[in-house]
Amino acid sequence: MISKKINNIEEALEGVQDGMTLLLGGFGLCGIPENAISELVRLGVKDLTCISNNAGVDDFGLGLLLQKRQVRKMISSYVGENDEFERQMLSGELDVELIPQGTLAECCRAAQSGFPAIFTPAGYGTEVAVGKETREFDGKTYVLERAFKADFSFVKAWKGDTAGNLIFKGTARNFNPNMCGAATITVAEVEELVPAGGLDPNHIHIPGIFVQRIVKGVNYEKRIEQLTLTPKL
Amino acid sequence: MLDKNGIAKRIAKEVKNGYYVNLGIGIPTLVANFVRGDIEVEFQSENGVLGMGPFPFQGQEDADLINAGKQTITALNGASYFDSAMSFSMIRGKHVDLTILGAMEVSENGDIANWKIPGRMVKGMGGAMDLVASAENIIVAMMHTNKRGESKLLKHCSLPLTGVNCVKKIVTNLAVLEIVNNGFKLLERAPGVSIELIKDSTDGKLIISNEVPEMSL
Repeated sequence: MISKKINNIEEALEGVQDGMTLLLGGFGLCGIPENAISELVRLGVKDLTCISNNAGVDDFGLGLLLQKRQVRKMISSYVGENDEFERQMLSGELDVELIPQGTLAECCRAAQSGFPAIFTPAGYGTEVAVGKETREFDGKTYVLERAFKADFSFVKAWKGDTAGNLIFKGTARNFNPNMCGAATITVAEVEELVPAGGLDPNHIHIPGIFVQRIVKGVNYEKRIEQLTLTPKL
Repeated sequence: MLDKNGIAKRIAKEVKNGYYVNLGIGIPTLVANFVRGDIEVEFQSENGVLGMGPFPFQGQEDADLINAGKQTITALNGASYFDSAMSFSMIRGKHVDLTILGAMEVSENGDIANWKIPGRMVKGMGGAMDLVASAENIIVAMMHTNKRGESKLLKHCSLPLTGVNCVKKIVTNLAVLEIVNNGFKLLERAPGVSIELIKDSTDGKLIISNEVPEMSL
């Protein structure tokens, strides 16, 4: 087996530089690559373009990178759970491009799958489609959206093996599988890393071919954004 | 006149046996509480779960299991998890039978605006643009007028659009309306609400034909 195993997060992020474009998995704070984000903060790389569905909260997730003003541009579908984000956006320090959630997912998948662009109905007739090519198929108009081009993908999985195979858990899966192989280098961090052969091939969600580096993550906080309970009678 | 729960209760009657349903944030979320117990329905949450169940009891919450509103949830027997691309394949591919979402404005030709107010902090469209661009069956749940008392059923939307020509039905605190021939066709009145009040509260073209029954809840 080709081993993708990297010993620690410092080595896993080798090559990350100022001005790069990064794909980061997660929906809200669910399934975010916590270790990679901490290491990006420690490295202090700047002028990053971050493509991620959300931008974290003030003191967690991508909010940590925003606090240190390491992000020049965010491409997301839903932001603003986050005061610092709002401040930087309104002051013009941060460039923000909002795109539909399904378009974000599919532009990752297109990059992963070798498609230069996709046609989607989402956003047609709205300001999202302004300046973009449109085309009619069978009486309905679609917007051309380009596949993402990114330097690194940072994803979080539940379990992985040294061959880079990944298994996700619950809704922490979200954008993570779509971002694997969608950048030049995909770094997967996992809660549990087993030797090749330790996972049933029938249960693999993402084959190791889409992953260049796999590292066992540590100290997962897994913060809950909106704890909502059914009251006990 | 209905309150938010009343609107949700009326919309729940549109949910049919065998439907896969996507519920938006706000009033639409309440619909799940009123769906009849004797039919089979599965709720989809676009962050990656089909077969979403109720909120967990204390101690059973799982940070890896949330809905599109980022709230902790549970999964019912027969549920499945999937990635975001597959989730929107279900939506864009018209496999989801019914989409229920809120709106700031709807126009008489079925345009909807629900994501952006110029001059205010813009949070984004999330999955709303994908949902309205693709779903065959979209019901809007909203109050008939805004906080300033102005109609939300307009000739043209004044706010930036989420989608064009897509809304089929609207349930408000005053009425049930259907978009037909570039107008709001009045189908039902809320209990105790007069046609005059609905007329006064609707800026776009209101189409009234025959009798307009009071809705049964």
